[in-house]
Amino acid sequence: MRRREALAAYGFLSPWIIGFLVFMAGPMVASLVLSLTDYDVLTSTEFVGADNYRELFADDRVRRSLANTLIYTVLHVPLTMAVALGLAMLLARAGRRSAGFFRTIFYLPTVTPKVAVGVLFLLLFNGQVGLTNETLARVGIDGPDWTVDGPWIKPGLVLMSAWSLGSTVIIYLAALQNVPRDLHEAAEMDGASPWARFRAVTVPMISGALFFTLIINTISSLQTFDEVYTAFYGSANQQTYGNDAALFYVVYLFQQAFQFLHMGYASALAWLLFLIIVAITLVQVRLSRRFVYYESE
Amino acid sequence: MFLRSMRTAVGTTLVVVLAAGCGGVGSSGSKSGGTGQATLTMMGFGTGDEIAKTRFDAANAAITPNRAQASEGSFNAQQFLSAVASNTPPDLVYMERRLLGTYAAKNAIRPLADCVGREKIDMGQFRPAAVAEATLNGKLYGLPEFYNNRVLMINDAAFADTGLDPATFTTSDWGRLSAAATRLTSISDGKLRRIGFDPKLPEFLPLWARANGAALVSDDGRTARLNDPRVVRALEFTVGLIKAQGGWASFKSFRDSFDFFGAKNQFASNQLGAFPMEDFYLNVLAENSPKVKLTVAPFRGVDGRPVDWITGNAWAIPAKSPHPDLACKWIKTMTDSGTWVAAAKARAAARKSEGKPFAGVFTGNSRADEVIFKDVVRAGGNPAFDAAVRTVLQTQEAGVAEPLTAAGEEFKAAWQDAVNRVLDGKQQPAQALAQAQQQAQKALDEANRGS
Repeated sequence: MRRREALAAYGFLSPWIIGFLVFMAGPMVASLVLSLTDYDVLTSTEFVGADNYRELFADDRVRRSLANTLIYTVLHVPLTMAVALGLAMLLARAGRRSAGFFRTIFYLPTVTPKVAVGVLFLLLFNGQVGLTNETLARVGIDGPDWTVDGPWIKPGLVLMSAWSLGSTVIIYLAALQNVPRDLHEAAEMDGASPWARFRAVTVPMISGALFFTLIINTISSLQTFDEVYTAFYGSANQQTYGNDAALFYVVYLFQQAFQFLHMGYASALAWLLFLIIVAITLVQVRLSRRFVYYESE
Repeated sequence: MFLRSMRTAVGTTLVVVLAAGCGGVGSSGSKSGGTGQATLTMMGFGTGDEIAKTRFDAANAAITPNRAQASEGSFNAQQFLSAVASNTPPDLVYMERRLLGTYAAKNAIRPLADCVGREKIDMGQFRPAAVAEATLNGKLYGLPEFYNNRVLMINDAAFADTGLDPATFTTSDWGRLSAAATRLTSISDGKLRRIGFDPKLPEFLPLWARANGAALVSDDGRTARLNDPRVVRALEFTVGLIKAQGGWASFKSFRDSFDFFGAKNQFASNQLGAFPMEDFYLNVLAENSPKVKLTVAPFRGVDGRPVDWITGNAWAIPAKSPHPDLACKWIKTMTDSGTWVAAAKARAAARKSEGKPFAGVFTGNSRADEVIFKDVVRAGGNPAFDAAVRTVLQTQEAGVAEPLTAAGEEFKAAWQDAVNRVLDGKQQPAQALAQAQQQAQKALDEANRGS
């Protein structure tokens, strides 16, 4: 009986297992092997040992693209989390009907294709005629050339990334709605200020959601590709003006693989990114033990 | 042995999965449908206008009862690699000629000597510079299509505003050019309102290098010459032009705001004084702002002679094309002078019905051009466009292509990145080009290994 149940369980699990093996584990193992080769799809493969990894550590553009990506992540993740939390708290206070309306409004940009977001970035942040600088000019600020001036490209992209924080808002809203009201009432009766209640009640109670979005947003930031590629490298014309400040890690990986046909080297780049993500996630998980509260604890 | 089997099994999975994740795989693989008739597949070519559609239909008629099926969008390396890796290569690929070398060096496309001989293709009809751009190590890998000339386009309105004479404006005297650019530039309230002269960096560095008597690569395409002092000087001069017009950031932001392909383009809106540009832009202006006043002149080198850096696309046949003979017959018709003339007539008729002028089509086929500009393109409408066409026709006789290299993309990326570093203020021209020289030579050496 137990054996039959086990077989049935595996039967139900098999679509996922097969999908995982074919579309995830298989290509991952393949890329690990290919990272040890000189492989361009078109000619014979040559085993080169750790050469790709050695080259990778000597490659200036790897360092540059990694730095760009990390800077973007450090700016993007806290900003997204803070703004999303602020919006979610406003939504939590809104009436039921208006909350539904604003929830939809905040979430709508999330379904916008990232390619469109990349194009939108160029239009909104054009230094001469973009809406951003026109708005800044109305309050007397002479805005920078966001899309061309190296030091301003990443801040511009970070601001643009706020366009798609709808998912994070929804997660926080759900978490906020699960915070027991009696905890707030008890704190209020004890004379706690709104800030004290936020710090001592709200944040601990939604710390699980905060931790989840921290992990997810960090990983997606480290893998940023679509919008940056569209804005700066998507066409032959844009590639011509490729700015080092917009060279993100996955963009460089893509260039090596599909523009220069260095599949082996690109595979090594992919594995380095994988290891970096694993390391950062492990640190975050480790720290979470001190900051995240689970009701079952 | 182990690695070979890995390539077919695992490699295919990886590339296809990567490609699928990055946007999908387009049409590839030939079909025969059980009727004995073949359908040729291709990548990089769409039938979006009269020029393409007319020739496509003619080429299909030449292989009846077989036919070719058009694709959409420009050539995409990711799509092509996926097709090759999964053993479903297309019958034909249409790509920029400068890219042919990369695939030729890796034996991914066929040399066309057999095709030319078997189909008795008259190579004398093609312009030598276009053929040179499709030739690597003495072997022809593509039949040339368009012939994009670079000429100087001058906005008469901007010149009238500043009291300059378009007829005497030249790129041969860099001191005078610099002074004219400054005079033509308009800045008010701290904002750039008109670019005086746009040197079209980084993409036109090869043109400026040629103007200064240098080339970016040796004639055999094996030795980079990016650190040639004349190339360095060309970059110093052109970057200096941009700095004098407010610097790269505001220059580029302003240029990005142009309605480049629309009725309010930079000529119609008086936002640009002059720039070197590909000839196709004449048709854009003729279609969108037919009343604009412009002067077209040859781009001249420092020795005063016209310099016309030409580029274009070509048809190539993948090494594993399922129907190479049919593909050869098809591209023969596609690039033949008679086919071009029929296409030009179709375009002229379409323009006439819209009441717009037709500035001609400049092809890699000199015989076709002869007939097109003698019998199809009619003077009239705007005399400025008639004069412009005459100038391009004269200039294209001086056409020269950058030699084909085995590392097309990497070579281009090396010098373009160098120019971008200079424009962004991170490096000086000599330093940036020295770095690019090392990168480009390394890429060339690796790509030429074993050949």
